[in-house]
Amino acid sequence: MIELLAPALLAGLAVALVAGPMGSFVVWRRMAFFGDTLAHGALLGAALALALDVNLYVAVVVACLAIAGALAGLQQQRQITGDTLLGIVAHTTLALGVIAISLQKSVQVDLFAYLFGDLLAVNWGDVLALWAGAVLILVLLAWHWRALLSITVNEDLAQVEGVPVTRTRLILMLLLALLIAGAIRTVGVLLITSLLVIPAAGARRLSRTPEQMAALASLLGLASVSLGLAMSWYADTPVGPSIVVAAAVLFGFTLLRRPDA
Amino acid sequence: MSQQRADTGTLVAVHGAGLAYGAHSVLDDVSLTLEPGRITTLIGPNGAGKSTLARLVLGLARPDRGRVERRPGLRVGYMPQHLQVDESLPLTVDRFLWLAAPGRTRARRDALQRTGVAHLRRRAVRGLSGGEMQRVLLARALLRKPDLLVLDEPAQGVDVAGQDALYGLLGQVRDETGCGILLISHDLHLVMARTDQVVCLHHHVCCSGTPEAVSRDPAYHRLFGPSGGMPNLAVYTHDHDHDHDLSGDPHHDHHGHTGGHHHD
Repeated sequence: MIELLAPALLAGLAVALVAGPMGSFVVWRRMAFFGDTLAHGALLGAALALALDVNLYVAVVVACLAIAGALAGLQQQRQITGDTLLGIVAHTTLALGVIAISLQKSVQVDLFAYLFGDLLAVNWGDVLALWAGAVLILVLLAWHWRALLSITVNEDLAQVEGVPVTRTRLILMLLLALLIAGAIRTVGVLLITSLLVIPAAGARRLSRTPEQMAALASLLGLASVSLGLAMSWYADTPVGPSIVVAAAVLFGFTLLRRPDA
Repeated sequence: MSQQRADTGTLVAVHGAGLAYGAHSVLDDVSLTLEPGRITTLIGPNGAGKSTLARLVLGLARPDRGRVERRPGLRVGYMPQHLQVDESLPLTVDRFLWLAAPGRTRARRDALQRTGVAHLRRRAVRGLSGGEMQRVLLARALLRKPDLLVLDEPAQGVDVAGQDALYGLLGQVRDETGCGILLISHDLHLVMARTDQVVCLHHHVCCSGTPEAVSRDPAYHRLFGPSGGMPNLAVYTHDHDHDHDLSGDPHHDHHGHTGGHHHD
């Protein structure tokens, strides 16, 4: 059992660890739908990786960044509001991704695995790549923490105080794209946002500082992955959705506590 | 924006700046210089372009025409009109100040002491009242040891006694540090008496000079109504309707001003 579960558990923990602080930024900056849109676009990246036979992670990061750039451009016009625009882009890229993957003739691709993740299919190579990515993201987060927090509180004030606002925003996009690339094989494109948002939302009620919230979100994410995997093992349920359900249950418990700040 | 040095000592110099949002001109040929040790107050009706001019000074916006010169290495402390921290972000006052000055616990405590809100240090930012938030924002601006302090409507939501204390504090800060101060106000209470230079703005500079000179200027009286301009300078009657009566124009939102007031 342990030989079978160990890679899955370690891969899931790597994603959950990073999803804590990243999810906190998604919640603070109200980017949940934006993150969802990037995740849906990631499927298109995965399809391209299969078609062109390039590295999956690289293709997904490139696809996410391209979509983030396109969204920034499209938001210049005023007739269509931001969330409508996100809805259009999210579902169009998802549809294109599904079509592109179903058109692959060379390999038999399990579409379900991309949509809802297939944690049990990861190998030790994936585990290594995920932890390398996780460490990279955490280092970059720690390095730019104050700038990221500053632009989250107030961009004007941050800029006056000398924070490079545009560059910091780009760094956040890049980190989000990296995380989504890592998460696509583990929880799948449809469930990534939940792993970002649910633990962070649960941590909010228990925290007084941003750092506390980020750390607690990581802990809740780690617990969700462990519980979800256990549920999947004993009840034979799909792994990705089991993790999300575990996260939701943990969130439910945090509601029992009155927020103090 | 030019990086070359402005005249010796001048903090920020705005030369003939013009800015339009689409077809709507917000600023037209506006010039302004900010000097160290001098308190400049920008007054004008709602929608006159005061905040936009402040954004030019702060480097948050660029003019379509004209130019803005800032002294190289200028440190600016900025107190925005509103600052709302999202409910989802847990943030204590101390952490909020840390964003401007990391690693200096003592400096943060001193800054809060200075603005009279040392007791709020461990409180959550989102639970603060309007007046408390203003003082915390001022503490954050002071922490930067600024050469120039820019305060957008600092007296908003503060009672008269609080305003008096606030302007007193600004005067002290100016005397001690020699920084320049730019105040924005559509409110004439106290401001006129505590300032070195008044600039009266209504898309363009209507008049400017010492408070005494401006208060005698016909342009000032045309802008602030036929009653003679300053019903509240001498008397401390606090009247909330006053804001809306000031311009003599219908009340407009910030960017929606149609600019119906021309007097030159």
